[in-house]
Amino acid sequence: MGQVINNIFARSFRSLSRGRNVSGYLMIAPYLLHLVIFLGYPLVFAFVLVFHRWDIITPMEFAGLKNLTRLIHDDLFFKALLNTGFFLSIHIPLQIITALFFADLLNKKLKGQDFFRTIYFLPVVVSGVVVAILFSQLFAFENGYINGIITALGGERVPWLVSPQWAMPSIAIIVTWKNVGFYIILFLAGMQNIPASLYEVASLEGATTWQRWTRVTIPLLNPTMVTVIVLSTIGGFSLFIEPYMLTGGGPLNSTLSAVLYIYNQAFYFNHMGYAAALGFAFACIIFTIVFLQKRFVTKDMYS
Amino acid sequence: MKKITAYTALVVGALIFAYPFVWMLSASFKPEYEIGDMSLMASKWTFASYQLVFDTIPIFSAFLNSIIVSLAVTGAVLFFGSLAAYSLSKLKWRGRDTVFNLILFTMMVPFMVLLIPLYTLVVKFGWTDSLVGLIVPFMMNATALLILRQSFLTIPTSLLEAARIDGCSEWRILRQIVWPLSIPALITAGIIVLTANWNQALWPIMVIRDEALMTMPQMVLLFTVGGGAQARLGPQLAAGILLALPIVVIYLIFQRQFISSMASTGLKG
Repeated sequence: MGQVINNIFARSFRSLSRGRNVSGYLMIAPYLLHLVIFLGYPLVFAFVLVFHRWDIITPMEFAGLKNLTRLIHDDLFFKALLNTGFFLSIHIPLQIITALFFADLLNKKLKGQDFFRTIYFLPVVVSGVVVAILFSQLFAFENGYINGIITALGGERVPWLVSPQWAMPSIAIIVTWKNVGFYIILFLAGMQNIPASLYEVASLEGATTWQRWTRVTIPLLNPTMVTVIVLSTIGGFSLFIEPYMLTGGGPLNSTLSAVLYIYNQAFYFNHMGYAAALGFAFACIIFTIVFLQKRFVTKDMYS
Repeated sequence: MKKITAYTALVVGALIFAYPFVWMLSASFKPEYEIGDMSLMASKWTFASYQLVFDTIPIFSAFLNSIIVSLAVTGAVLFFGSLAAYSLSKLKWRGRDTVFNLILFTMMVPFMVLLIPLYTLVVKFGWTDSLVGLIVPFMMNATALLILRQSFLTIPTSLLEAARIDGCSEWRILRQIVWPLSIPALITAGIIVLTANWNQALWPIMVIRDEALMTMPQMVLLFTVGGGAQARLGPQLAAGILLALPIVVIYLIFQRQFISSMASTGLKG
């Protein structure tokens, strides 16, 4: 079978390719064809959908700017945006501090660091579905593991996933726990690129630990920092499985995320056109934010 | 002294990231009424939770579907990705730079713009409730393409020229020279695609309704939130273990490659 395919490929390449030019086109063709069908066309169609009413069953109906005016007056759209902002305001600092802390520990070149690195990275490869199942127990109000520890230490139960104030911070903690291993590795790679001579100079000049961090490590980690912030932001807008499984977007829409809202509009209310408009709007917002982050964070650190 | 503090912190970290999984594993073998306990030990060990999973949902077919979809997607991404990467790195043709920039641009398109139109396209093709709908839209992957291209660029052109003079077709050069020299890159790209695909839940939820065609993440998710687990925690944890186990085992074997693979996707961004 493999031999037959090889022969067909070899023959078609040989007969068709007079020079590398033709081979080049032939070899890129499948990729480009796929790109046009599964990325180009949907992108254009998304744009068309923005101006139409469609429930996917009956024919499309031209709606002009109705989807866009509706968007401007849609409280839930803004709620989802605010929720994402709230999520990111907890998730990004928490993630950076935790990742820096453990990356620094792993950078001390102690024995057994590979073992610890392997463990810290474990949640990254596990499905979000598993993580959600796990934390539905750990963060349960009555019999949850974490509230068990808190009450054993004499504290009050925290309404992790059941109160509108706590639900989004809880999800931010869960997502940080799942992803931070990835960022530990990124920071570790960044730290290993900092020349040791810089630290030697710093200690010769009598720099404190705090000064070593603020004057050497953090400024030199700036490119990694930008990557971490940008990737976390994109991740925050793609938040779906955790709220879908743990809170359903509640309580009181406090964990309604961008993707969850698009999903609900499309599959719960059958508003395909409006869901596409939402997708477009959120994507434009992500673009703008990431653009600003890249400019602002990079500039700010070097000035 | 400093060393002791560092080790203490490292161990606390290990507990934070690994203990929940250890607890999950142990709790999945406990009788339901003992799961509330904090301890890892049980008065007796039982398969009851797993039994309920096997009795309630077709978890075996989900497992098979997951393997089919993940392997098909990964295989296709590596095959078509290396054809494209070879063309973009080692062959000269008009418009090559434009095409490459176009592909770079596609990486910046957030998936949520495509979510709805891609779904309607799959509906139009009649691929809902079919594994084809889970495989074909993801057969090409720009990240994998970039990783492969980066590796192909390091192969000396003189080596390929020599093969061409001997009358090798480009396809044979890719197969017999480029692939053997790019095994680390193929593994890197393969790991990224395989992991992402094994864990993918959002897309299957949209496309698949028929229980017989569900993949593991969707099946376990539905079992958990859809009432199949009868609100019992043990079976949910057991189903979660079954979903996590294959990728965790592969991870523990290839952990070095996993970590450097995933880090490489972040370092380039």
